[in-house]
Amino acid sequence: MSARPKVPTQGPKPPFWRDPAKRALVFQLLLVAGVAAFLLTIIGNTQANLAARGITTGFGFLNDTAGFGIVQTLIDYSSQSTYGRTFVVGLLNTLLVGGLGVLAATIVGFIVGIARLSPNWLISRLANGYIEIFRNIPLLLQIFFWYFAVLRAMPSARDSMSFGEVIFLNVRGLYLPQPLFESGFGLIPLAFVVAIVASIALTIWNKRRHEATGKRLPAGWISLALIVGLPLGVLVVTGVPVTWEVPELRGFNFRGGITVIPEFLALWLALSIYTASFIAEIVRSGIQAISHGQTEAAQALSLPQGLVLRLVVIPQALRVIIPPLTSQYLNLIKNSSLATAIGYPDLVSVFAGTTLNQTGQAIEVIAMTMAVYLTISLLVSMFMNWFNARVALVER
Amino acid sequence: MIHNRTMIEARPAPSGTIGPIAWLRANLFSGPINSIFTLLGLYLLYVLLMPTIQWALINADWIGTSREDCSRTGACWVFINARIGQFIYGLYPGSEIWRVNLTFVTFAALIAWLAIPRLPFKHWVAAVALLGFPLFAYFLLYGGHFGLDVVETHRWGGLMLTLVLAVVGMVAALPIGVLLALGRRSHMPIVKSFCVVFIEFWRGVPLITVLFMASVMLPLFMPTGVSVDRLVRALIGITLFQSAYMAEVVRGGLQAIPRGQEEAAAALGMNYWKRMGLIVLPQALKMMIPGIVNTFISLFKDTTLVMIIGLFDLLGIVQAALSDSRWLGFSLEGYIFAGLMFWIFCFSMSRYSQYLERKLHTGHKR
Repeated sequence: MSARPKVPTQGPKPPFWRDPAKRALVFQLLLVAGVAAFLLTIIGNTQANLAARGITTGFGFLNDTAGFGIVQTLIDYSSQSTYGRTFVVGLLNTLLVGGLGVLAATIVGFIVGIARLSPNWLISRLANGYIEIFRNIPLLLQIFFWYFAVLRAMPSARDSMSFGEVIFLNVRGLYLPQPLFESGFGLIPLAFVVAIVASIALTIWNKRRHEATGKRLPAGWISLALIVGLPLGVLVVTGVPVTWEVPELRGFNFRGGITVIPEFLALWLALSIYTASFIAEIVRSGIQAISHGQTEAAQALSLPQGLVLRLVVIPQALRVIIPPLTSQYLNLIKNSSLATAIGYPDLVSVFAGTTLNQTGQAIEVIAMTMAVYLTISLLVSMFMNWFNARVALVER
Repeated sequence: MIHNRTMIEARPAPSGTIGPIAWLRANLFSGPINSIFTLLGLYLLYVLLMPTIQWALINADWIGTSREDCSRTGACWVFINARIGQFIYGLYPGSEIWRVNLTFVTFAALIAWLAIPRLPFKHWVAAVALLGFPLFAYFLLYGGHFGLDVVETHRWGGLMLTLVLAVVGMVAALPIGVLLALGRRSHMPIVKSFCVVFIEFWRGVPLITVLFMASVMLPLFMPTGVSVDRLVRALIGITLFQSAYMAEVVRGGLQAIPRGQEEAAAALGMNYWKRMGLIVLPQALKMMIPGIVNTFISLFKDTTLVMIIGLFDLLGIVQAALSDSRWLGFSLEGYIFAGLMFWIFCFSMSRYSQYLERKLHTGHKR
């Protein structure tokens, strides 16, 4: 009855420029050709330029003597050392300020972020003021402020500011007492490790017992007592095998103790304060992201306020907080390269600065410097992806 | 049994629950711990604010021309007063400053038009701002045409240079960022991996090494004898760096658009560029504006790094002025001035982006 129109199943083949697969192939070949042509031009130009300037390429310069001193070194270094060692010294200095900066920024950031949510109007306003002031001023300006306007304006060594006659602050830096370990001190780290292992075991046992019998011990407090108490006990039993070397004014300068150079202090303060303001915002929005129903449900189960936070809010908030938090850590490590502006001997300052100027090996030096930061970034991103996959909520 | 059927008159709320005293009690002194925190906070405020106000306002010197006019114990704002021209225009020749001012005013007018929601013709103004204005600003600031004298870029500086760097970096990075983001979502493996590598590379390295690279390695990449202006080198570095961050913002915006939009467009027979240009990007761009403003804020702050490769942006020129032997010892005043300038710009932009986020967030929110 009804004649269905005939649908042609196989029409004429479309021309190749209408075929998405072939078009994609052509497009990608064009891209590869373009990038290759660009790279070849650059390489050709660079070789011509280097030949004109008489610079030989290669990493041989890393074995040459550096011939300059570095004000803060974590490993043995002298002006007779090689450029390769300069690189390592710079890298370690970067990691030092980065690590300590991450630590301080996390502590300050969490405190400010939680204070921002405080029901106390004044505290919450103060925290907000901190965040708004420090995150809207360029980091470099803050570094300059701490270095030139605060630490460079400190009194000279003779009129040092003194904190309890053991810590001194003057224009040359901060002088801290240094612990000198005597024989028998090795027991204390050992006791510390034993305490940590014991508290982990206790926590696991406590959890199993709790699930099996419904009874539980205050494992957190016991662990804390163990971790603090055991090393302290060992310290007392072994007769305190530590003496403190207090810095002393001799002539125009302090001798003994640990010297923290002002460049480090300025960079560390500025990095921590600046990054903490971002971390505070992340913490605040992470906690606020937890739907109110979660808290109400936990309260309906008559969990006390502490447990509501510990068992319901914080585990969910951390899931929101940790990805942006890591990217702030990465920013902090990358920003530590601003050290070069005040002369803190980090990687960029001693390697991409002094070494580059002395050797003229621009390509190798910049490539190595960038490779270091890239490696750090990639390692952290890989960790982040792994972590995200682990904690991600499985929905449907 | 009900005896009284008349309504009871409404009584005022108990005096303990309204008024300033009740507010204080609820928000500041709701318990012993809260009270201690409040007192601590007040003390902190007193310790921080009193000396600052004393120094910066009450005991400060405002009027004069040289450091001899700074006789009091407080801040010496005379220094800022004497240098304000340099801080804003750098070493731009005095007789040509109207050109900078005209550019500033045009720029401010365009931005205001775009930022105020009620004004019409947004698309046309945006097109003028992105395409026409850069040319206009170039001819006006650099000169060389229409009877204007050439002002070499090494005379540019101060706030003007900061704005030039940030705005040019932003405007140039936006199209590159859109392309990179589209490439990253592409199904073509080579295009996709190229974009991923490009984005992750620039995002993984600090801006300062990018600037070092631009200033040291770019001359090596050019054919022998071709030299690139120092400002242009910095701009190239900033643009490459910024485009990677922009790409991530655009990608975030693209991900927020439901897939059905693109599929519906494809069902109407649109090709890729039409689907993107007419359907997906216009919706996504709206969602991206807060993110774009945020990256602009960080770019604006990051432009200060150009002083390390020898350009005098606002911070660079303040730093240079501090080492002037006639004005030694006023670093605090200089940094506070520069900090305040940056703060005003960044704070107002971040407020605007928050306002946009609230406006665009039409979903359910507590």
